[in-house]
Amino acid sequence: MKQSWHESIYQNRRWSTILIFTLILTLLAACSGNSNSPTPAPSSSAQGGEPSPSAAPTPEPGSKLDGGDVVVIVPQDPDYLDPHLAVAAGTSEIMFNVFEGLLKPNEKGQLYPAIAESYEVAPDGLTYTFKLRSGVQFHNGESVKAADVKYSYERLAGIDTGKPLQASFASVTAVEAPDEATVVIKLKENNAAFLTALTAAVIPKDYADSNTKPIGTGPFKFVDYLPGQRLTLAKNPAYYVNGVPSLDKVEFRIIPDQEAAFLAFKSGEADIFPRIGTEKLEELGDEFQGVSGPQNLVQVLIYNIAKKPFDDVRVRQAVNHAINKDELIEGVALGNGIKLGSHLSPIMAQYFQEGLEDYYAYDVEKAKGLLAEAGYADGFSVKLSVPSNYAFHVATAEVAAQQLSKVGIKVTIEPVEWAVWLERIYKGHDYESTIIGFDGKLNPYDILNKYLSDSPNNLFKYNSPTFDETLRATVTEIDQEKRTALFKDLQTELAKEAAAVYIMDPYLNVALKKNLAGYKQYPLYVQDLSTVYWTN
Amino acid sequence: MESKSTLTMRLGLAIIALLGTMAAVSLLYVPYDVNEMNIAGRLQSPGALHWFGTDNFGRDIFSRVMEASKTAFLVGAVAVTIGLVAGFIIGATAGYLGGWTDEVLMRMIDALLAFPGILLALILVTVFEPNLFQTMIAIGVLSVPNFARVIRSGFFQYKEAEFVVAARGLGASHATVILRHVMPHIVSPIIVAASLSFSTAILVEAALSYLGLGVQPPDPSWGRMLSESQSYIGKAPWFALAPGVFIALTVLGFNLLGDGLRDLRDKKT
Repeated sequence: MKQSWHESIYQNRRWSTILIFTLILTLLAACSGNSNSPTPAPSSSAQGGEPSPSAAPTPEPGSKLDGGDVVVIVPQDPDYLDPHLAVAAGTSEIMFNVFEGLLKPNEKGQLYPAIAESYEVAPDGLTYTFKLRSGVQFHNGESVKAADVKYSYERLAGIDTGKPLQASFASVTAVEAPDEATVVIKLKENNAAFLTALTAAVIPKDYADSNTKPIGTGPFKFVDYLPGQRLTLAKNPAYYVNGVPSLDKVEFRIIPDQEAAFLAFKSGEADIFPRIGTEKLEELGDEFQGVSGPQNLVQVLIYNIAKKPFDDVRVRQAVNHAINKDELIEGVALGNGIKLGSHLSPIMAQYFQEGLEDYYAYDVEKAKGLLAEAGYADGFSVKLSVPSNYAFHVATAEVAAQQLSKVGIKVTIEPVEWAVWLERIYKGHDYESTIIGFDGKLNPYDILNKYLSDSPNNLFKYNSPTFDETLRATVTEIDQEKRTALFKDLQTELAKEAAAVYIMDPYLNVALKKNLAGYKQYPLYVQDLSTVYWTN
Repeated sequence: MESKSTLTMRLGLAIIALLGTMAAVSLLYVPYDVNEMNIAGRLQSPGALHWFGTDNFGRDIFSRVMEASKTAFLVGAVAVTIGLVAGFIIGATAGYLGGWTDEVLMRMIDALLAFPGILLALILVTVFEPNLFQTMIAIGVLSVPNFARVIRSGFFQYKEAEFVVAARGLGASHATVILRHVMPHIVSPIIVAASLSFSTAILVEAALSYLGLGVQPPDPSWGRMLSESQSYIGKAPWFALAPGVFIALTVLGFNLLGDGLRDLRDKKT
């Protein structure tokens, strides 16, 4: 009897443990967030909310107030504070406010002179001459001289070490400073996209503490950094643009968990919450506002062209006709995305080839016909591997599988770990089909070079001599108009060849306090706080 | 006292019978195709057409819960079978032979027991690729120590009993002694252990699927449905509630049954 009493207590405890566990599991559903990080893909399976596709700041009724502090939520720590060593997108997101290069990108992805005042490119494209803006000061009060630019860019190009810190500087042979306000950069080979590289940070000559106390020329200066907690910036009063910035202090608070971040934002602890899930935008009250717009992310369904049956262009076209992109945008992104037709987001304004998004209209019968022509009248089976950490891509896969089943293509979804995806699919090209989002670059060459037949990143297994030739021609083409036309031709070719199914550029949502204004969304992974201000 | 334990057991049985029937019916009929999407009709609240509403892709939640109950029972049954067979071999050998065999086997079982269950399942599922089959095996392995201990202690209790000694004296083989003379006496604790293991198995399956390591999309599982629903909890609470309630009910049912059975057994002895 005594034993059974003991046993019963033991069993009861177990019992309650199990019940509590169930409860916790149910609660987890309520509390835990999807913590998907590495690339700026939308983090949740759900989207919803304000479909206002404007990247422009929302007009505010109140008048501008100068000064004030802002807390911005970021999901991760910076990798390096030294701008020449940092590679993580999460770092440039913060340090965009601290550092500037000779040139700087604006919210349309165009470059404009920052530390430089003007520049000239020699007709052969090998020599770049920059005149520096006068009165630009580092955060330590010293003014920027040509020697600082020379030091910074030589460091990046690895002139002394032989190892460039940034690949885009690999073709630099010399950086010269003929006088205090002139910088001349010489290249080994002509590279029309080299200007984008010149957005890289200029730091003071021989400054060794960049990784602990970074000094730049940006609108904000670095104050302190507490790993895992926050990074604080303060207004640079000597900034060369009048009236910029408006804010006195910006704190980037590091909150990796989406759910915790949401609570912090809702309780008023933070003022700006970038990359908030669309379904969360709807939960916010009137004291908040949302900004949504394309983020220069190309979400694609890729099939391995080197493998049967995708070596047949008719099969690829059939898949394109079978995928209903509108339904995908509606179902997975809750309508918050823009339809694509080739491998470039419309946010790349000048390079974007319009009219391709409906090149393959949704048409089940046509898809079936094309499949029959290719000898797959009964359809076929295919494995669709998706990175399991991206709920967004997994959800896309579910809907796509459903759509493809209507034309007889039986899809088996195989969720794979992110590390496995990178190793096996991205590097090893060992897959049948997959869904992924490619993040944007300012230079269309860097976006499209994945399709070069000899590129190690050509996981599409796309192989077209015309494509290779045209893309290579863009590198040396100095005439901007001709160069743009070449990029447009490339997009058309990818669409015609049905190199992949180009699905959408899902909108990026940013939630802000209602009385913040002037926020600009970039086609880059940055938060620009120089234009943000409080209103009353 | 008597009536209370019978009541507990009956309640447990009733719940299991209800869920079991639902799982059985889902083999033949579900109201809607479980994977058929209807984007226009997503997140509908419960109503006459969709009893439990629809999910984020407009799939019928009731159909998916039904289909998932089938998976849950399958996982429970397979895992308990694995645990029972392996647990019987280990427990019976250890208990019957005793001595160093017992020491070695039981220390191994202790080691397995000392390892956190979910973590072990996670490791097993991660090493092999995640799918339903791996999950069932992992959960089965998890339930081995429980069975092995119950069976071993049963053998310890009865192997020196007079009727066993007598049978052996009459020249009965080991197999006869184990199966004919000892087993009948320890069937009821095994049933109790099986009932409780069943509920644990269903919970672990839900947890693994919740983490994306069990049932794979688009197929429904209670755990997966919970994880899918979490983004919509503010907007569509029924989406999370349906799988949550079913997990809780199943676990409750098997635990009530196990408890009731045990109480009844304790009365008899």
